Amino acid sequence: MAKASPGVQALRDVVEKVYAEAREAKKRGEPVGWSSSKFPCELAEAFGLHVVYPENQAAGIAANRDGELMCQAAEDLGYDNDICGYARISLAFAAGKRSANKFDPKTGEYIIDPNSGKPLKDADGKKVIDPATGKPKKDPKTMKPYSYLEDLNEIAALPDGVEKERRTAALKHYRQMIMPMPDFVLCCNNICNCMTKWYENIARMHNIPLIMIDVPYNKTDNVEESNVKYIRSQFDHAIEQLEKISGRKFDEKKFEKACENANRTAKAWLKVCDYLQYKPSPYSGFDLFNHMADVVTARGRVDAAEAFELLATELEEHVKNNTNTLPFPEKYRIMFEGIPCWPKLPQLFKPLKANGLNITAVVYAPAFGFVYNGLDEMVRAYCKAPNSVCLEKGVSWREGICKENKVDGLLIHYNRSCKPWSGYMPEMSRRLSKELGVPAAGFDGDQADPRNFNAAQYETRVQGLVEAMETNASAKGK
Amino acid sequence: MAINTIIDEFKQVAANPKKQLLAYKAQGKKAIGVLPYYAPEELVYAADMVPFGIWGTNDKTISLAKEYCATFYCTIAQLALEMLLDGTMDELSGIITPVICDTLRPMSQNFRVAMDKKMAVIFLAHPQNRFDAAGKQFCIDQYTNVKKELEKISGKEITVDALANAIKVYNASRKARREFVKLANEHCDVITPTIRSAVLKASWFMLKDEYTKKLVELNKELAAMPVAKWNGVKVVVSGIIYDSPALLKALEDNHVAIAADDVAHETRAFRIDAPEGVDPMTALADQFANIDNDVLLYDAESAKNNRGDFVAKLCKDSGAQGLILFMQQFCDPEEMEYPYLKKALDKAGIPHIKIGVDQQMRDFGQAATAIQAFTESL
Repeated sequence: MAKASPGVQALRDVVEKVYAEAREAKKRGEPVGWSSSKFPCELAEAFGLHVVYPENQAAGIAANRDGELMCQAAEDLGYDNDICGYARISLAFAAGKRSANKFDPKTGEYIIDPNSGKPLKDADGKKVIDPATGKPKKDPKTMKPYSYLEDLNEIAALPDGVEKERRTAALKHYRQMIMPMPDFVLCCNNICNCMTKWYENIARMHNIPLIMIDVPYNKTDNVEESNVKYIRSQFDHAIEQLEKISGRKFDEKKFEKACENANRTAKAWLKVCDYLQYKPSPYSGFDLFNHMADVVTARGRVDAAEAFELLATELEEHVKNNTNTLPFPEKYRIMFEGIPCWPKLPQLFKPLKANGLNITAVVYAPAFGFVYNGLDEMVRAYCKAPNSVCLEKGVSWREGICKENKVDGLLIHYNRSCKPWSGYMPEMSRRLSKELGVPAAGFDGDQADPRNFNAAQYETRVQGLVEAMETNASAKGK
Repeated sequence: MAINTIIDEFKQVAANPKKQLLAYKAQGKKAIGVLPYYAPEELVYAADMVPFGIWGTNDKTISLAKEYCATFYCTIAQLALEMLLDGTMDELSGIITPVICDTLRPMSQNFRVAMDKKMAVIFLAHPQNRFDAAGKQFCIDQYTNVKKELEKISGKEITVDALANAIKVYNASRKARREFVKLANEHCDVITPTIRSAVLKASWFMLKDEYTKKLVELNKELAAMPVAKWNGVKVVVSGIIYDSPALLKALEDNHVAIAADDVAHETRAFRIDAPEGVDPMTALADQFANIDNDVLLYDAESAKNNRGDFVAKLCKDSGAQGLILFMQQFCDPEEMEYPYLKKALDKAGIPHIKIGVDQQMRDFGQAATAIQAFTESL
């Protein structure tokens, strides 16, 4: 992997810090919350409460190839495989299910998966071929054991001894897999209604309080006063509940500071997103998927704002110097609709790279760009999640980004996990395609469950999109 | 009137909603389609129009709706759109589209786009935090929007008196349906699952005063009959809807009687009345606020397993030997609630079975085998 720039590294460090601080808080006996990604984080920040984000966690677990294992674990607990993959992963985790490295119970030695690992390279960076098989040799340092499903409750019930030690040591230790268990949950259904039932389930499993902010689906382009009043009142109630949980009074100054930070982060995030307007773009829009972790987990923190600002200065330099961090020459610019298929990022990226398709538009840009002034505006900002706005608003968001970021085509992810997101996508796709005069191609996938993604279908659809963009370009005389 | 005559009338209505719709149109009445869940039908009734339930259909396959929907959506919503697109529902003057689940959210947009030139599409967002004054006020605001849209269609104001009367009519209807459900349990030899389903289903296609009058008559006849000596099994049925004739026949073939239900299309829709003698819009908001133990609604006591315990108690109180859950495919709320329903049932020692259904199912062989195996185990 290429060395990360200081800005990118700073963003990675912030997320690492959020998780680490939550683990430390838990050790100190402080309450730790689990929060939906678009719950107004400013409220918990005002109490200095440590909060982690199951959606970010589930995406990370899926990207670490443990999505299927954890989804199946949830299914074994009775959660249907139609349910959102994030929810399934999170519920399995909440129930104490973990991914662990497989070992031989007799010897304690890990059992290495021969299909894992990266090719071994020689001093010139060339792949070393195994003369026996004629295939590239694997670098043993990159090979990993098989994964198996472990249960923390089972381990806890074991008597002290070798088995307990080995099973504990075998638990995977990446940050999403060691996220502390919740003492309270913060649920905001501006993303989806599934969130409501998901968090109720967690509250039941752990017998903990749930703070619910209901953001009703919005039928119009603007947020009506009636909605603002209703949601404001829920903010007030949430503050009362958080006072009980934290044992502290609401700190107005801390709240204002959190709002200031959140606005600063949102603006810096939007600025970073806006660099995709340059042609060619100074970076791959695919990178935004990684940076999302910061807007989800840390937007109320000043270090997140600073990290995005640092990245923005780096991008500015690239623009000035006419350089970029793109891993391939940009031939076409596309909008990627929806959440990426986290377990299949390499497969997702492969045909894009092969065809020179740079993602220059993602709906995440406005989705997390919560910029506001004052509480009422804050309420309105949190009403604008992709799954809580009407079709016209959804179209105008995308149309704006696609025009500004000069896209040549639309790649639409019909995400099996996300019914509210994909529910009006055929009409959205038709309207956008017509308004922008660019082709659209759809593919079936899933944000967390790899079983719902078919690489062959995806590649065919990408190929179809490329051909349609070529035809379009020829017609326009490009 | 003979009991069979009344039952046949309900059966006719349940089996031929289109005929019913045309009959109301012939009387010069306007009809408003009411999609699931919890739209305040009282407003439609008070506007002197006919509220007409739209809960999909067992007789069609999804074709035109494919233009709007990916495959992984509840067939009730998709077939509702199909009927709106293929002309089946052309006599409607409008529809009300609640958005309480993740399928109905985007579907409200599809309905609006697809029906743009055909009929009015009235949006309704219920509050999940529905209990306190702010939640109730939001509910009133939403209902007021619905009221205004209905007034535009009917061309006249919905008066306070008309709404207060509608609430009375609806409370009477809900009471009669609750009474019927009890009587159907006691007289399960007469009220088979098919008949029970038809009687309750007919309520979605009839003006409630007409419906209630017939139902009260039926209830009276039933009450006069001796309580059934039932040798088969009795179950509580849970789910969104189970009105497929083949499925109901499978229950009957296996001597299954319905002791009670926790079904959205049935009891969940009439469990709670609206208060009378208060401002009627407030009464409707109060009614919604009082609905609980429902998979679609936020449970303010989330840490407890209230809904699971409620259904387990329903099984005990109704004398059911077990529970059959008809799991609507792609229904997130039902699917999310299942593990805790199972937990409550297991704790209470109530056996249950989960059978996947959707409205495009035509082969119920597997379901019938599962029902048979379940009943034999009871």
